[in-house]
Amino acid sequence: MWHRLSNPFIWLNQRQSSLASKGLKALTSAHLLHASGAEPSCSYDGGLYPGHIQTTPFQKALLAVGSGVAALQDPYRHDMVAVLGETTGHLALINLRDRMQNDPEGYTILTERPRIRLSTLDLEKMASLPDGSFGREYLRFLEENKVTPDSRAEVKFVDDEELAYIMLRYREVHDLLHTLLGMPTNMLGEVAVKWFEAAQTGLPMCALGAVLGPLRLNASRLQTLVTSLGPWALQNGSRARCVLSIFYERRWEQSLEELRRELNIEPPPVIPSASKKTGA
Amino acid sequence: MAASVRLLVRGLAHRSVTFAAAGGSCRSGGCLAPSSSRCVSDTAEDRSTHFGFETVPEAEKAKRVYKVFENVAQKYDVMNDAMSLGVHRLWKDMLLHVMHPQPGARLLDVAGGTGDISFRFLDYVRYQQERQKRRAAGSVQTPSWQDISDKYPAEEDRPQESRAVVCDINKEMLKVGKQRADGMGITSGLSWVVGDAEELPFDDDQFDIYTVAFGIRNVTHVDQALQEALRVLKPGGRFMCLEFSKVTNPILASLYDAYSFQVIPVLGEVIAGDWKSYQYLVESIRKFPDQEEFKGMIEDAGFCCVQYFNFTGGVVALHSGFKL
Repeated sequence: MWHRLSNPFIWLNQRQSSLASKGLKALTSAHLLHASGAEPSCSYDGGLYPGHIQTTPFQKALLAVGSGVAALQDPYRHDMVAVLGETTGHLALINLRDRMQNDPEGYTILTERPRIRLSTLDLEKMASLPDGSFGREYLRFLEENKVTPDSRAEVKFVDDEELAYIMLRYREVHDLLHTLLGMPTNMLGEVAVKWFEAAQTGLPMCALGAVLGPLRLNASRLQTLVTSLGPWALQNGSRARCVLSIFYERRWEQSLEELRRELNIEPPPVIPSASKKTGA
Repeated sequence: MAASVRLLVRGLAHRSVTFAAAGGSCRSGGCLAPSSSRCVSDTAEDRSTHFGFETVPEAEKAKRVYKVFENVAQKYDVMNDAMSLGVHRLWKDMLLHVMHPQPGARLLDVAGGTGDISFRFLDYVRYQQERQKRRAAGSVQTPSWQDISDKYPAEEDRPQESRAVVCDINKEMLKVGKQRADGMGITSGLSWVVGDAEELPFDDDQFDIYTVAFGIRNVTHVDQALQEALRVLKPGGRFMCLEFSKVTNPILASLYDAYSFQVIPVLGEVIAGDWKSYQYLVESIRKFPDQEEFKGMIEDAGFCCVQYFNFTGGVVALHSGFKL
């Protein structure tokens, strides 16, 4: 059992990168400055938070178009998908902030600004949790799909640092959503999650991904999507509680089924295999 | 309109601005008090210079410039085409046209990076060589057997071998250049050397032509680079520098500024995934001396018959000088 345990640790620990880890701490401290009534100064090299780049509306429009084209041409350019989300998501982010502020747990998140990174996760404890618990299933998801929570792009073009945090939280919660919805990281799984996210958040980038993603699926997967996975994702997306308002970091011990019930998410009707064949 | 563009530009660059360089209207010593000197402040230990619109210690500038070009190397050529809509090719062709190198010339292409100038140089001299051969063959109508046999050893000697040396401080850029050369099937006449323009790894009096295309504004001490250029050139050798310069026409200047600061960083983000490097590049253009001032610097270094040609309304200037 230890053998099985040690592998994910070694692999996950090797993946531990220093991607702007200082910047992340600063994002949380920037909020404290704001909360204490201090002037939100452009102290991070001209920006409101580390990595922030000031842009004019014209530049944002140009970025949106350019990143959209680039992301369509090469879907593996995650940075372009990220930029598209940031430049088009202003209204949706404001809406999300309102929803989070009206939810007690969401409000706690906005105040405490937790981060999901390998450095903040207690991997040993999570691995020792019983099967069926949220933490254990999340860890299993990371192992099986060979992903790490540290690979999210930083936020650059959102001009409000609280909204920038919400954008970042949305990105970090994405993997947790895969676990909650039981979807693998192949194309079909990603599209299903995108449909859920589009219904939940209203981010234009999710909507775009939801519309264009299916174009890359083969016939049988497309059928699965249209007949069962898609409607399930949409229905659950619209009626589920706001997934950004959940303090996941304090719920690792909770059973996955119970968490789903609390969030009003039905288990998936079909679980697509974790194979990466897109069949496109 | 120029004023509002300038404000826009300043609004974008929230860095410590030593002096306003945007808008392309700052002539040397023209609008500022001497105390806020343009690039170098000799305060005891920490001499500082400009990195785009930022002020940095001199020692740091070279490192940061290295990082910029390390990041952009892979997408450098694509970005050049995108940013200039292909016009940079015309500028470089003009450089060769003015240079008019003859077969047998030795070229040193400093900050040559991905090799654009050197490839054109080799093409040009080889074309000249072909022309000369054809002319020589055509002029001799009925050669005697003696003449024909005399020609054979001359062809083997190849006294007209032209050589180009690409020198760049950045290994990534040279790597990309080498890949391009391999792709084009160039096997001879080209060498790739890592070196610093302020301290070239060559002996005195080595080269017929020294070129630096869009590289000299990234050098920390331009005067040192000019002196090195003088050193490595043979007497009679020519110094040629292609660089972004000041646009004189105010309407064109506003359009150019708007395009530079609004569009180019966006292109950098979308194509190369790197906004900040391209922000630096457009800012560094504003910090470089204008045509007349740079001409003065070249003359101070010891070059003679210094002149400049403006391309595209002054967006790019070609400066040329001779070592006599």
